[in-house]
Amino acid sequence: MIGPSGGGKSSLLASVAGFLQLQSGQIRIAGHAMDGVVPGQRPLSIVFQDNNLFPHMTARQNVGLGVRCDLRLDRDEKARVSTALERVGLKSFGDELPGRLSGGQQSRVALARILVQRRPWILLDEPFAALGPALRSEMLQLVKSWCDESHAGLLMVTHDPRDALSICENTIVVANGKASPPVDSGELFTDPPQSLSSYLGRDWRC
Amino acid sequence: MKLFLSALSLSIGFAAAAGAQQSVLTVYTYDSFVAEWGPGPAVEAAFEETCGCDLQFVAAGDGAALLARIQLEGKRTDADIVLGLDSNLTARAAATGLLTPHNRHDEWDLPVRWDDPLFVPYDWGFFAFVYDETRTAEPPGSMEALARSDIRVVIQDPRSSTPGLGLLLWVKHAYGERAKSIWQELADNVVTVTPGWSEAYGMFLDGHAEMVLSYTTSPAYHMIAEGDRTKRAAAFAEGHYMQVEVAARLAASDQPELADMFLEFMAGDVFQGLIPTTNWMYPAKMPASGLPVEFGELVQPSKALLYSSDDAASVRDVALAEWLEALSQ
Amino acid sequence: MTRVASAASLALVLFLSVGTFVAVSLRADTSLALGTSDWAAIRFTFVQAALSSAISCLLAVPVARAVARRNFPGRSLLITLLGAPFILPTIVAIVGILAVFGSTGLLGSLVRAVGIRAPEIYGLHGVVLAHVFFNLPLATRFVLQGWLAVPSERLRTAAALGFGPREVFTHIERPMLRSVLPGALVVVFLVCLSSFAVALIMGGGPRATTIELAIYQAFMFEFDVGRAARLALIQFMLGICAGIVAWRVALPTGFGAGLDRPAERWDARRPGLRLADGLVITAVSLFLLLPLGTVLIEGFGEMFRLPSSVYFAAARSLAVALASVLLMLALALPIALAVSRTSQRQALLAEGAGLLMIAASPMVVGLGLYIILFPLVDPISVALAVTALVNAGTSLPFALRAIIPAVRDAEVNFGSLADSLGLNGAARVRLLILPRTMRPLGFAMGITAALSMGDLGVIALFGSTDAPTLPLMLYRLMGAYRMEQASGAALLLVLLSILVFWTFDRGGRINSAS
Repeated sequence: MIGPSGGGKSSLLASVAGFLQLQSGQIRIAGHAMDGVVPGQRPLSIVFQDNNLFPHMTARQNVGLGVRCDLRLDRDEKARVSTALERVGLKSFGDELPGRLSGGQQSRVALARILVQRRPWILLDEPFAALGPALRSEMLQLVKSWCDESHAGLLMVTHDPRDALSICENTIVVANGKASPPVDSGELFTDPPQSLSSYLGRDWRC
Repeated sequence: MKLFLSALSLSIGFAAAAGAQQSVLTVYTYDSFVAEWGPGPAVEAAFEETCGCDLQFVAAGDGAALLARIQLEGKRTDADIVLGLDSNLTARAAATGLLTPHNRHDEWDLPVRWDDPLFVPYDWGFFAFVYDETRTAEPPGSMEALARSDIRVVIQDPRSSTPGLGLLLWVKHAYGERAKSIWQELADNVVTVTPGWSEAYGMFLDGHAEMVLSYTTSPAYHMIAEGDRTKRAAAFAEGHYMQVEVAARLAASDQPELADMFLEFMAGDVFQGLIPTTNWMYPAKMPASGLPVEFGELVQPSKALLYSSDDAASVRDVALAEWLEALSQ
Repeated sequence: MTRVASAASLALVLFLSVGTFVAVSLRADTSLALGTSDWAAIRFTFVQAALSSAISCLLAVPVARAVARRNFPGRSLLITLLGAPFILPTIVAIVGILAVFGSTGLLGSLVRAVGIRAPEIYGLHGVVLAHVFFNLPLATRFVLQGWLAVPSERLRTAAALGFGPREVFTHIERPMLRSVLPGALVVVFLVCLSSFAVALIMGGGPRATTIELAIYQAFMFEFDVGRAARLALIQFMLGICAGIVAWRVALPTGFGAGLDRPAERWDARRPGLRLADGLVITAVSLFLLLPLGTVLIEGFGEMFRLPSSVYFAAARSLAVALASVLLMLALALPIALAVSRTSQRQALLAEGAGLLMIAASPMVVGLGLYIILFPLVDPISVALAVTALVNAGTSLPFALRAIIPAVRDAEVNFGSLADSLGLNGAARVRLLILPRTMRPLGFAMGITAALSMGDLGVIALFGSTDAPTLPLMLYRLMGAYRMEQASGAALLLVLLSILVFWTFDRGGRINSAS
């Protein structure tokens, strides 16, 4: 999802995730109506721009919440957490508190949690915005490879067309409170419609 | 600093400064004396008729707090007269050196001899616990019986109030060495200790307690002013402690003649005639009009208890320490 | 120029806190060991402060949680009401509490109607009840701030992970409470430590006497300056200890904005929790509103029938409040300016001076001033000025807390610009600092005015008998048991307090440059 600030991207994502109450209409995921389904029960996991981790819990505990939110993990579940941490390159950082990790490492912990959650959909709300370009693209590649491997769907809010082009086949333009139907990312950015081109600016070239 | 404070104070006090050019006689007294139903208003009107002055009563807490007040203000006090100390306080008050002799030689109608050079008596009475017979059918007949009962009483603080001090000395006089244990037993009957008589009596009337420390003469107020015969004073077998209320001139007074005139007026028939039905006490000099008939129905103590003022001063400290200790627990 | 002014302000603060203390200690009667009643006062002071702070903070948790996670009509009104104790005169609240919880009050009559002897309010439980009335709102605001400071993403993460109320408690609320509650406990404890007016009226004699009250009694009842000074020494030491603890614990400010938006919570949608929160909100609203409502209802008719002496007292109180505000500005502005520009160490000194004023209790300062002033001038003739000065000092910590950040912001953001333009001295204060600090300044002035308006502390110690302030007048009316007039005076006092607070606070907002 791409579009100007205040256009409704984050609201749409929040509605899908169940954080906003719909005034009308319906959200369906894989054919199932989400009416009255609380966020935790929806078939998705979500990562925000910031504040994804609980500051008083170690990286391992933060990931473990994705398995069981009371953190009573058995041996297998603990192993899953360790594997996920290893996979995001934080094998030896499991017992650190978020405050002692760098921004990139904190994002990796959030990613590791998505890995252990194993939900069919992954929602990202302008993720990794605080990271530099190189780190960010590295994170997105990690997400993409996980989606490919687990056949999970990815719904991401971004303000950078390059994100869309690099990891999303389809893009939804959200502007002035309206979301257009998803279209092929490549085609969209080669020939942007009016609503998008004014956002991208004159200098934009695919 | 001094200049600054004075300037600030002047500017703040400006609003209150009214321009009265008449000579002013300031009398420090206790709260209930100046209440609408108290002697204050009538005394003020009657005295101002004869003196050609402005008589100002200033209510400064209860009797014992009056003494602290004049000490606190020291030689700079505005007060010309302090009215409302009692015989239990006179020794301490005399020791402050702030008072001056009165030069009067009256014949008093007091149950005790009175020839104190500093203090002029104006009324007297007996302390007693007052109850409402519709709420308390069987009042206790002694301090011990009261302590054993579960009757709730309001008393006054002996440090600030003359009735409070009177009760302290009453218990000490009647029970001596046992005073402390009496207080320990009384402690759970005490709802609260008020700084003055007015709060305590008001609380009793409002129903916060079954009994209140007051005077044997208090029921006369209810009979005469309200036609209410349900309020009674409980007669205690050990006897009742006495109070002689007094006034004195301050040495620092800037109106010595007016102050003398006031003491003269106080011993006179008009003032004394007001006492029984406004201050609800026995007058220090029987007025020509005598006592109202209702006073005949009041409890007459079997025994009158009173320390001399010197004894009262020396007993006070010990008794106060016992009281504080018993009621602190 | 500013350096001289700030040095003078600091000197005055030091005089009020340390100077009075030195005066008191020189007069303290240390020859005698502490008596039973002294120990009883110390014990009672601790017990009531501990109970009051524990109960206030304990109850604040469910209240703050309910307010944090529910949206209901009157929510912002309730939050405003929670800020009211800052400007509500203690003695007015006491009048209201007695009218509701007293044995012959609203609840007492209900209980009696059922045929039970109503329990008495005087004594420890009355004192604690009144303190909880004052400090539950304060504690609730602290905790509420903690709750609403939890980032919404974190709550959403919790919801996305399927947290139930239990998990939300262990993973979000418990750590938050652990960081917020100690500060709230310390603040409430500190407030109750120097409780005077409450113990004066709701205590039950020697068994419920705080040290502050014992100082007052030693002075007012017996004129035993030595004993009063000895008690004042103890009170000062306690205040210093509490001040040191307060310095070490992160103190919440309690004034934070942004309490107007409830947090979205997905774990709390169960009907049972909804009902519980509703009950909590109703209960706390009644607890706060009933006493105030009683004052309003009982006082309304009486307010217009008060003797003129009460209106004179009101005028005196207004004058004291205004003088307090001016003195507070004279103390706080130079200190705030100095703090924002000088080295870290000097800044610490200035903030420490503010803290000293927290530790210095009104009775200790009042007694010290009496001892210092007596040889120079009749203390009673300057009682109103002293009250204004002491109240300015008492509100200094609040004022500094509100003003310093704003002054610092103005200096950080526009200081270099002002320097480049050569904007210095008084012009800098007038053109840069004041316009940028109008809002907190207005707020600080409002708080000072209201505190001063309702103060029954120093003025009780040596207030003049014939020119009392309104709170002292109210206390005397209660003492003479003229309850109708007292309720009228109480209403007048609370209305005036609200008026002065509102006027200054509003003035600050309207003139605010941002």
